[in-house]
Amino acid sequence: MGFELNFDSNSVKSDVKKIDENKTYDVLVIGGGPAGLNSALYAKRNGLEVGIVAEKYGGQVLDTSSVENYLGYESIPGEDLVGVFREHVEKYDIPIKKESRLQKVEKKDDLFHLDLSDGSILKTSTIIIATGSKPRKLNVPGESEYLGKGVAYCAICDGPLFKDKEVVITGGGNSAVEAAIDLSKIASRVKLVQRSVLRAEKALVDKLTSKENVEIYLGTQIKEIYGDKLVRGIKVYDKEKDENYEIKADGVFVEIGYIPNNEPFKDLVKTLPSGEIEIDCSCRTNVDGIFAAGDVTTVPYKQISISSGEGAKAALSANAYINKLIK
Amino acid sequence: MALLNDEIRKNLTEVFSKMNKEVTLAVFTKEEDCESCKDTLDFMNEIEEVGEKIKVKSFDIEKEASKAEEFGVKMTPSIVLLDSDGKDHGIKFYGIPAGHEINSLITGIIEVSGSGEEMPDALRKRIDGINTPVDIKVFITLGCPHCPGAVAKAHKLAFENENIKAEMIEAQTFSEISDKYNVSGVPKIVINEEHDLVGNQPIEKFLETIENM
Repeated sequence: MGFELNFDSNSVKSDVKKIDENKTYDVLVIGGGPAGLNSALYAKRNGLEVGIVAEKYGGQVLDTSSVENYLGYESIPGEDLVGVFREHVEKYDIPIKKESRLQKVEKKDDLFHLDLSDGSILKTSTIIIATGSKPRKLNVPGESEYLGKGVAYCAICDGPLFKDKEVVITGGGNSAVEAAIDLSKIASRVKLVQRSVLRAEKALVDKLTSKENVEIYLGTQIKEIYGDKLVRGIKVYDKEKDENYEIKADGVFVEIGYIPNNEPFKDLVKTLPSGEIEIDCSCRTNVDGIFAAGDVTTVPYKQISISSGEGAKAALSANAYINKLIK
Repeated sequence: MALLNDEIRKNLTEVFSKMNKEVTLAVFTKEEDCESCKDTLDFMNEIEEVGEKIKVKSFDIEKEASKAEEFGVKMTPSIVLLDSDGKDHGIKFYGIPAGHEINSLITGIIEVSGSGEEMPDALRKRIDGINTPVDIKVFITLGCPHCPGAVAKAHKLAFENENIKAEMIEAQTFSEISDKYNVSGVPKIVINEEHDLVGNQPIEKFLETIENM
């Protein structure tokens, strides 16, 4: 058993500034991932009164075992990168409301009123939506039935529960291949099942194919997840051979991409059928005073570096908007 | 070898300096068949060193069975948090709270010291309204970044209401129990043996589940 401590001093320090319900903010950032944190940093440095409302302070990067494509860091655990981000933001005394979900947004006069899940209401002139995305589901029979009983969406969390067991990973992007590499160190056999081809970076695919306990099934579609009390396997269809068969597995890790967290904004701002919030190149939505950045938006390529850059842009746009209001 | 490095020690000393009252960590171990007992006790002793108001009391679950019974401790290693009056608030850890779980240990200690975060009134009323016994188990793995959040919320509920007991269970150490509860995703929250929640749920979701039981 490893005795590594992932001490997160920021999560337990009580001196992180609290959001003030009686204040009117210039900008409230919804979301605590790279886009949200960077927009808060830029907003503060531009002299704006800014606060962060974050359901998951740190965002999805926390679920990434290692990040190897963020400039300046050859290889860094996702949570360490988040730790560096948070430390930077907290140097500026930006108030943060953690573990809070935004339930409703209303425009009253010139201000937005935000209703939070804990019953508090916050007031602000502008909003930056940086709520990111959540794992996309396969939408096959058995998936929701076996959630937490073999069906998983976080390889670094649930991987250790599959020691010496057989697991399926579905997906063909970077996150699927990374999960397969991580799991190959724990599980007895890893079966990567993808309905088309692998789209992951070549460096990752090479690493995966060098593993002895990994099998790769391409052009293979998952039809069903079956089991008794727990997952026992998947039923698949091989397109090329026009064949149906079963693959045995104790766990199924779904890594087929992400869908935007657009609630509770989807009736407020324009979204596309994909769920992404439409923004222009200045991160403006179709509603005055509401900006958006990162994975929740139409900006292509969901990457940490892109999201943090978009966050900066959203803050600068919000700043320009507020300056015009004052004049 | 020290388990905590200098940087963590420094941070912990700072965090624990904000404790209001003393907290006792009652650590239960046994001599044989307990792989992580020694590590757990060593770890808690180091926590005691960095926290001026933290005291460790170590018990052998077999030799001091009456103590184990008093606190309802059934397995080792385990930790029960006691307040400055020696009162048990129903906050337990089964298995070593290392890895990410150090964060829920710290939150728990701060809570029991009386320096926990204030609850909004609306939530406090709902928690106060729970008047039947509630038992919350939160299964975790040490590599899970959002597990401490679920554990801390369950512990907070236990601290706020005497009818609620909450325990963290490290799923790999206690694999038999995890199998019994069909744990293959964490955090998995089991309330009164039969109501399951998967994931780091908001405190409202805990309350909703309890209120609808």
